[in-house]
Amino acid sequence: MNLFLILLSAIFVHNFVLSQFLGICPFLGVSKKVETASGMGIAVVFVITLASAATWLVHKFILVPLNIEYLYNIAFILIIASLVQLVEMFIKKSSPSLYQALGVYLPLITTNCAVLGVAVNNMNDGYGFIASVVNGIGAAVGFAIAIILFAGIRERVAKCNIPKSLEGFPIALITAGLMAIAFLGFSGML
Amino acid sequence: MNPVKIIKNGIIDENPTFVQVIGMCPTLAVTSSAINGLGMGLSTLAVLACSNLVISLIRKFVPDEARIPCYVVVIASFVTIVEMLLNAYAPESLVKALGVYIPLIVVNCIILARAEAFAGKNGPIASLFDGIGMGLGFTFALFVLGAVREFLGNGSLLGYTILPEAFPRTLVMILPPGAFLTLAFLMVLVNKLRSGKSE
Repeated sequence: MNLFLILLSAIFVHNFVLSQFLGICPFLGVSKKVETASGMGIAVVFVITLASAATWLVHKFILVPLNIEYLYNIAFILIIASLVQLVEMFIKKSSPSLYQALGVYLPLITTNCAVLGVAVNNMNDGYGFIASVVNGIGAAVGFAIAIILFAGIRERVAKCNIPKSLEGFPIALITAGLMAIAFLGFSGML
Repeated sequence: MNPVKIIKNGIIDENPTFVQVIGMCPTLAVTSSAINGLGMGLSTLAVLACSNLVISLIRKFVPDEARIPCYVVVIASFVTIVEMLLNAYAPESLVKALGVYIPLIVVNCIILARAEAFAGKNGPIASLFDGIGMGLGFTFALFVLGAVREFLGNGSLLGYTILPEAFPRTLVMILPPGAFLTLAFLMVLVNKLRSGKSE
């Protein structure tokens, strides 16, 4: 039950993009088409799940025993960067079609702050291994839902006639703001 | 290059928030008050200036293929230093408000972008000034955003109540949606001013 709560809270109530502002760059950057947004969403789910498991293990079995927890930031970012590289190589070898679909989005994930954010959150909240992974999956699924919905809206907005000063980022931000208001409604859920 | 010009470039011509639109996560997340915006801006400024300086100093020894991991380690080290300093000396309420976003300065795209675009190609002094300029531009944007949101959402500025009690507060401005909306309207204003200038 508790794990279920963590999952729901990470997906809806504390949605990574719309209430915690993590991963805004890809959220705004690759959300012009639903297709690319889905690719990004899937890639992020993949990487965040692996990263939350890997960083938990490194924190527990390397940083804490050696008493160098203060180096967590450097360690985590290196783990994430190499993990992304590894995932990229693995997908390229095992499933060329998926690799084609994800394309350039994979390397970009290294600088997606949602990945590091989940790792740091897991550490600060003192989650166990299973809880960390579940929290990671929830956060990533929340990101994927938000970016796919957002891309769907943006595709329609692109066809509308909007004032010149509002074109581009401002209208995208207003759209995101309205989505965030909608997601505020979930806060009564838990 | 002339330091004044580099700093002006960072604050106005290539303002990271309003013109380049990078580093959005901390921009939106911590600007529920002007003080928080200022704190985040100055922490980023410190990391940006130091990392630009060091990266510019080591740029000749770092092989091209390995430069990104090297840059990231330099940046992460400075972030760790800033985090420890904040924990030791900054007021607790500020540290709490900035929370997870301090370690996340590592993945702030502004810093890596400046390392790639400027510090990796220019001398140490120019890079230092570029870091300061970009940092000031970022701080300025965060401060304005925080001030607007705090004023509308809480009726205060820098913690001092300004609006009379009877005046209604727009709570949504200090909640997450307010961040998106305020930034959107500030950008509209900037776009309007810029297009007016070029005409």
